[in-house]
Amino acid sequence: MITLSVNKKTYQLDVDPNMPLLWAIRDVIGLTGTKYGCGAAQCGACMVHLNGEAVFSCVTPVSRAVGQQVITIEGLSAGNDHPLQLAWQELDVPQCGYCHSGQLMSAAVLLRENPNPTDEDIDQAMAGNICRCGTYSRIRKAIHHAAELQKNGK
Amino acid sequence: MPTNSLSRRKFLQLSSLSGTALCLGYYFPLSADAAQILNASAEAAETEIELNAWISINTSGKVTIFSHRAEMGQGAFQAIPQIVAEELAVVLKEVNILFAPGDNRKYGSQITGGSSTVRSSYKNLLKLGATAREMLTEAASTKWGVSKTDCYAEAGHIIHRPTGRKFHYGELVVEASKLKVPENITLKPRSAYQLIGKPLKRQDTPLKTNGAAIFGLDKRIPGMLYASVERNPRLRGKVKSFDDTAARKVPGVKDVFLVKMKVFNTDREGIAVVANSTWAAFQGRKALKVEWDDSGFEHVNSEDIFRQHKEILETREGISFRKTGDPDPILKQGGQKIDALYQTPYQAHACMEPLNCIAHYQGDKLEIWGPIQGPDWVQDYLSEEMGLKRENVIVNMTFLGGGFGRKAFMDYPYEATLISKQIGGPVQVVWTREDDLNQGPFRPGVSYRCEGMVANGEISAFKVRMAGQNIDHFSDDKRGEANSSATEGFLESYFAHLKNVSFADVPFETPIPIMWWRSVYASTNGFAFESFLDELALAAGKDPLEFRRVHLQEERLQQLINKLEAVSGWKSRKKNEGYGTAITECFGSYAGYVVKVSRNAENKVQIDQVWAVMDCGWYVNPDTIRAQVEGSVIMALGAATIHEVTFKDGLAEANNFYTYHMPRITDAPLVEIHVMENEADAGGVGEPGLPPFAPALTNAIFDLTGKRIRNLPFDLTSV
Repeated sequence: MITLSVNKKTYQLDVDPNMPLLWAIRDVIGLTGTKYGCGAAQCGACMVHLNGEAVFSCVTPVSRAVGQQVITIEGLSAGNDHPLQLAWQELDVPQCGYCHSGQLMSAAVLLRENPNPTDEDIDQAMAGNICRCGTYSRIRKAIHHAAELQKNGK
Repeated sequence: MPTNSLSRRKFLQLSSLSGTALCLGYYFPLSADAAQILNASAEAAETEIELNAWISINTSGKVTIFSHRAEMGQGAFQAIPQIVAEELAVVLKEVNILFAPGDNRKYGSQITGGSSTVRSSYKNLLKLGATAREMLTEAASTKWGVSKTDCYAEAGHIIHRPTGRKFHYGELVVEASKLKVPENITLKPRSAYQLIGKPLKRQDTPLKTNGAAIFGLDKRIPGMLYASVERNPRLRGKVKSFDDTAARKVPGVKDVFLVKMKVFNTDREGIAVVANSTWAAFQGRKALKVEWDDSGFEHVNSEDIFRQHKEILETREGISFRKTGDPDPILKQGGQKIDALYQTPYQAHACMEPLNCIAHYQGDKLEIWGPIQGPDWVQDYLSEEMGLKRENVIVNMTFLGGGFGRKAFMDYPYEATLISKQIGGPVQVVWTREDDLNQGPFRPGVSYRCEGMVANGEISAFKVRMAGQNIDHFSDDKRGEANSSATEGFLESYFAHLKNVSFADVPFETPIPIMWWRSVYASTNGFAFESFLDELALAAGKDPLEFRRVHLQEERLQQLINKLEAVSGWKSRKKNEGYGTAITECFGSYAGYVVKVSRNAENKVQIDQVWAVMDCGWYVNPDTIRAQVEGSVIMALGAATIHEVTFKDGLAEANNFYTYHMPRITDAPLVEIHVMENEADAGGVGEPGLPPFAPALTNAIFDLTGKRIRNLPFDLTSV
């Protein structure tokens, strides 16, 4: 049995400790916002927060998350109103939307660590997340917009 | 004559969808081109016509619209309601959108391809919304006993102008549902639109910022197991034998068996591992020991393919596709002749959501859930393959995590069905990224031999021969005919001006599975045609944009060229700046680009800015157009400068994103987009922005460096 804290809720899971956190979250706990994209830490669709750090859940064994705080896209905010989520909605960033759980989780760490990121800061922080629809220019704009919202306490 | 009870039952079937009271739908009479609109209770029931429920309004005024097309990022989920809501006069937020299940007898074609959602249905959708509005208006005027001309519709209400009295739509639907559908509906003039043409927010965005949107991979069915299939890595290879002893010992693995199916008129064989989680299925696959049978088919190599293309283009005339005049005699004369070979690679679709599908086979019934571009095709195909009644095959669409053509093919729902049948329960079959990249089908690699002559500053002869696999061949036996897309991407307007022009297809076959890829042949044709036009312009000593202006007399294209010239600063370019342009036609729309490049401090070529001008005629949402052009630039940039699928000894060498690199945020150039305003009919939006980018870029690189790039992909950093 593995005890896991996901989005501040405790789960008891009967899984192989080597199972990647991604599949424990998706197939066992049943939270499907975190996506499978490559299984090889290449695309960032699976990004979650482990004690506040963005990690590729597709290559993180579930055993590594024991005793840690896991936050998924479903736990990023209570009302879909994190400054980044508001900015994403304001600028209609997603197209197919599949990669954007991961994009938002990566961006959330950036914005917490660097409240006023430049384009270069954004490019560096977001280079691990692939978007096949090509929404990159909107991602840049939305992160700047979210930084403004955050500053204004929204 | 149908009985009343049958009619009643049919109506209830329709209305049960959302507690409907007024329900209007399409009907496609066999003898007519245009769809006819019918009222579900009053007319369709009497005639027993099977009517779809495109739109329904219930007694609380809630409007439900069925989206018959897939939403894969291109915005159909937004566009369809935005069109209907305009004429219906309702607030878009009050509209509930549902994905229609697969059934082309109800909805017409549902295949979400060819950038066709809006352009194929907007006129009928406008009429549908207006018809409902007229019926509600009539119901209100009858209730009040006033003239209909004194009533108008606004934001889900019918208002009596002289007195200001109003009815909510929900209060009128019972009466309205008893009315005959009016004929000769007057549609709003475009100038009166309040929703269409506005950059309204997409209704699916909030679902995509908190993980709530359900993609195929997120769908869950009670009792569902997970499966993954180890297929022969060689395209078209089979299974000789396998040992599943270790696979069956993997915790969670429930079953292991051989799956055989027909794909592209050939067998595809693999070993399915069924388990209680995706990961256990993946682990089981890794533990399999399989001996493959790779005999009896060609082990293709990329080098051979492109060498053969070159050989046949040098020695064969091919099958003529389109010809005006005769370029051959002119090309034999002396003069300024150019003879160029352009080559474009195979590509993978690489949707962010790997292929997956849930099937639940239940003997006489089959239900499918998945990210599917053509639910009606899947319904037809599976009912035929499985010997089931068409109506017993239910195909449910989820959101698609990208499609780009790949998810219009039916192999993955079919494979899931066979696995479900074998285990006797619901199963979700999940493809790994490796499966997704190395199994195909792929965009075909195509080579073009372009020959041309210029005289007196204009083109005197223009001859193109293409060699590449023909997608027409995968479903129909059209061998012996030229590729029907041989001129795709080429502006029709050129034909009006060019006196000696010919296009031919030199047939080329190889066993690589191929499929549509965003903008299809325009994605490769466009590179060859628009690069070659640039070469001809420069040979004629003309400015490339001016050269196009001379050859493209159509008013819309003249306007597009003027716009491109004005916004890009084409004429005021500075030294050490390279400017390139390209204009293509794709799925009823024109797109023109100017790309500006320069050398950075490290002397590497960089893209400074891209200007895009899109003319898609009548349009719904300008922000959707911008988004699609932004995305097209990135996808085209990747295919031109970053990735390709190569083959070695029958294997696709693309494996995961560490071998098939994707454009990333660090690659994204600055793009400025302009949308043309005119009265033309609606054209496509999702794909037309892709083809002109690559040639505009390579033309700009020639302008800066004098280096002509004729083979894609090329490394931007080493030009």
